[in-house]
Amino acid sequence: MSRTGIGLVLGLVVLAGCFSNDWEVSEKGDAVVLNGAGATFPSPVYSVWAFHFTESTERQVQVNYQGVGSGAGVNQLKEGTIDFAGSDSPLQADELEKDGLTQFPMLAGGVVVVLNVPGMTDGACRLPADVLADIFLGKITKWNDPRIVAANPDGKLPDLDITVVYRADSSGTSFLFTHYLTQVSPPWAEKVGAGAAVRFPVGIGGQKNPGVCNNVAKISGAISYTEYSYALETGLACASLQNAAGKFVAPSVASFTEALKNADWEKAPGFYMILTNAAGENSYPITGITYLLYRKNLDETKKSALWRYLDWCFTGGKFKARELHYVPIPEEVVEKIQEIHP
Amino acid sequence: MKRRSLFYRRMVEYVMRGISLLVLGISLGGMGWILWTLVTHGISVISWTFLTQPSKPYGVENAGIANALLGTLYITTVATLLALPPAVAGGIYLAEFGKETKWGNLIRFSANVMMGIPSIVVGLFVYAIYVIPTGSFSGFAGSLALGLIMFPVILRTTEDMLLLVPDSQREAALALGMTRCRATLSIVCKSARNGLITGILMAFARVSGETAPLLFTALWSNSWCTHFFTSPTANIPVLITEYTTNSPYAAMHAAGWGAALVMMAGILVLNVGVRWLFQE
Amino acid sequence: MSDKLFQTFCWLCALWIPAVLLVILFRLVGSSAEAWNTFGWKFLISCEWNPVEGKFGAIPAILGTLLTTGMAIFLAVPLGFLTAFFLSDVPPWLGKPLSHALDLLAAIPSVIYGMWGLFVLAPIMQKYVQPWMLDSLGLRYLPFVGKDGNGFGFFTAGVVLTLMILPYISAIMRDVFSMTPTLLREAAFGIGCTRWEAAWDITVRYGLRGLLGGIFIGLGRALGETMAVLFIIGNVIRVPSGIFDSGTTIAATLANHFAEADGLMRSVLFALGLILLVLAFGVQVLAWYYLQATKKQRGEA
Repeated sequence: MSRTGIGLVLGLVVLAGCFSNDWEVSEKGDAVVLNGAGATFPSPVYSVWAFHFTESTERQVQVNYQGVGSGAGVNQLKEGTIDFAGSDSPLQADELEKDGLTQFPMLAGGVVVVLNVPGMTDGACRLPADVLADIFLGKITKWNDPRIVAANPDGKLPDLDITVVYRADSSGTSFLFTHYLTQVSPPWAEKVGAGAAVRFPVGIGGQKNPGVCNNVAKISGAISYTEYSYALETGLACASLQNAAGKFVAPSVASFTEALKNADWEKAPGFYMILTNAAGENSYPITGITYLLYRKNLDETKKSALWRYLDWCFTGGKFKARELHYVPIPEEVVEKIQEIHP
Repeated sequence: MKRRSLFYRRMVEYVMRGISLLVLGISLGGMGWILWTLVTHGISVISWTFLTQPSKPYGVENAGIANALLGTLYITTVATLLALPPAVAGGIYLAEFGKETKWGNLIRFSANVMMGIPSIVVGLFVYAIYVIPTGSFSGFAGSLALGLIMFPVILRTTEDMLLLVPDSQREAALALGMTRCRATLSIVCKSARNGLITGILMAFARVSGETAPLLFTALWSNSWCTHFFTSPTANIPVLITEYTTNSPYAAMHAAGWGAALVMMAGILVLNVGVRWLFQE
Repeated sequence: MSDKLFQTFCWLCALWIPAVLLVILFRLVGSSAEAWNTFGWKFLISCEWNPVEGKFGAIPAILGTLLTTGMAIFLAVPLGFLTAFFLSDVPPWLGKPLSHALDLLAAIPSVIYGMWGLFVLAPIMQKYVQPWMLDSLGLRYLPFVGKDGNGFGFFTAGVVLTLMILPYISAIMRDVFSMTPTLLREAAFGIGCTRWEAAWDITVRYGLRGLLGGIFIGLGRALGETMAVLFIIGNVIRVPSGIFDSGTTIAATLANHFAEADGLMRSVLFALGLILLVLAFGVQVLAWYYLQATKKQRGEA
């Protein structure tokens, strides 16, 4: 019986802890909690921002962010369960209007093509747009295919089968990559198209970014696409891709920024903009923008706390973003965003 | 029965015993292997700081998992408290009153079906019926989801364990003039206590590692669990999944393995501890 | 009076289960209405899965679910039975710690099984096990095996699932062994049966209901398992050609695509959830029918 007693007491202590916490904080009072969820792509930066901002306000404003996926984030925002959402694909202006949402860009980053070919170092392999599309369509099956050799006259390309690896789960990364291929390759547009999940004609699936990188690292002759920070961290070689100006550009924070600078925000209602195949000599062709959305009818205390947070992100936060190889939004665009500040 | 030579029967006996030993070796070896993997991958990040500091984003010093540990403890404990009373009572109904009745069969049947529902569907269900109406993610919503998953498991275990108690005990209790209620609670349940506790523990352990239902209910937070009923609450399974599958950084992967090791150790200690507390 | 009250209270508590199940069922039906309206019953027999064109079929996911579950049950049931057989006849000083260890195996969270499968088992399968099975054993020439293995796919997922449901099955079978009246077993030994014969001829017949219960608990777990399968199944939505092939299951498809799904696709995923529920339902109906049909034979009636 006494042992049962010990068990009961332990259980009560746990419960008491659970509820006493609730009291403690409500006594302390008026901390504003902002909950955000959505795209996984910016979540390393968003969580660093949330952490440092929360600290800087001495926990008066507490920001949370959870990477659950863009689609889930936008749905949850519409359902009113979160205060702001992150999304990798922007909503059209009319849809924003219909649901009473505000949307603007927060960060940019790149989707890179990674490959595992002996002798190919980072940035050395150049893949023209049509060749890239044909590899993913299964039309080019060898690394020493004449069309790859033609684009890489200096490189020694081995007689090796190409294994295509793709993201198996729905993701903004797949959307950006297939969106680029759809724009540059008519056969791709016709057979596959663009989307967060598409039917890849050939290849094997990888579970999220680490799964993709893992497969590429393991399989000799593999090619895939992933986010820039994953390629850097796993040390996989990236390919140089052909941009709209016909130039081969290696992925880097500089080339992503270039793509962002060349965007024409004047003609983008609701900041709707997809940067794939962007104009400009040095623009990286698969640059993605990640957006932040909130409901216009968010209550006033939360709204002002949210803007306090956003202002901090655009000023103090941008250095933290650069440290993590993400591209902050340029000054001119930030000014335009601040115009919608109520 | 067919006639078989003694030699053949002996051989079958030895072969089967040999194979059964081998099989036990395989399953325990598999467990050892999994634990070993956890230890080798996770031990390097375990430190006092790791266990006592709240989680922090990549690149911030002194990160830990203490808030998630506490959050998981709250969520799972509340889930157990929610599911336990009705599940045990339901199990008692099945074992004592509903053996071959229409209701009994219906309930048994539903419980078996419910055990096959993927946990992600339960999470979505709770999201739809609790999170949307209340307008916020919360640890409590996570508890609801986990409680729903535990419910049929505890119910069926209770039934199975009570059925193991021989009828002679029930008859003896009733013959002493006890009411059915008293006989069930203080005689039958008491003899089945060990089995009940094992079953509840298995259910507890099963749900404490569930990730999918928590993604849409408890969500995640880097802070301490201060508003269990109104705010997202940190928890270990989501932390592990996030760190190992949604982060590019090796340091985060290691922290994910560390968290998995800590959770595993916690579950083992819990198992052994409760056995020691409740078993003679 | 108090007895009646107690019984009613217990009955009301138990009634929660069918009630909750009904509510979940209604929600799934309601949320998947769009998919059924669009595709009709053809959704159940279509193999196509093309999100861009909005064409969906359930066959790849259904087949994958049945294949992984089938493999896990096929492997885990004999293994569980043999484990229980072993434990039923070793002295308690050895049997007790061993069965506790098995209970601990059941306590390992499924996400850890998944991580172990991804980082440890899949590479071993790819490098050693699958080449050995394909080449040395010549399985390559059999149908429904597959020509090459990259470590991911149904086979690996089946092995992890087996390991995962084994402790559940063997724990219940162990109880069945201890439930068989000692008198019956001793009578069997008395007429000269070996231990294996006592187990096979006496316990199996006596405890068939319990054994089946164990199998169905394992089956239920394997059907809906998400995380352990997700990391290693390969996540390719197409009809599998062999057990070394990559594929998907219903639960894995839900986990992979739910977060980004919208409109029709979301409805399709709910429809898959509904199918899984119906599968679990069907399994229970089968079990029940089997027990009814064999009632006389087993001398229960």
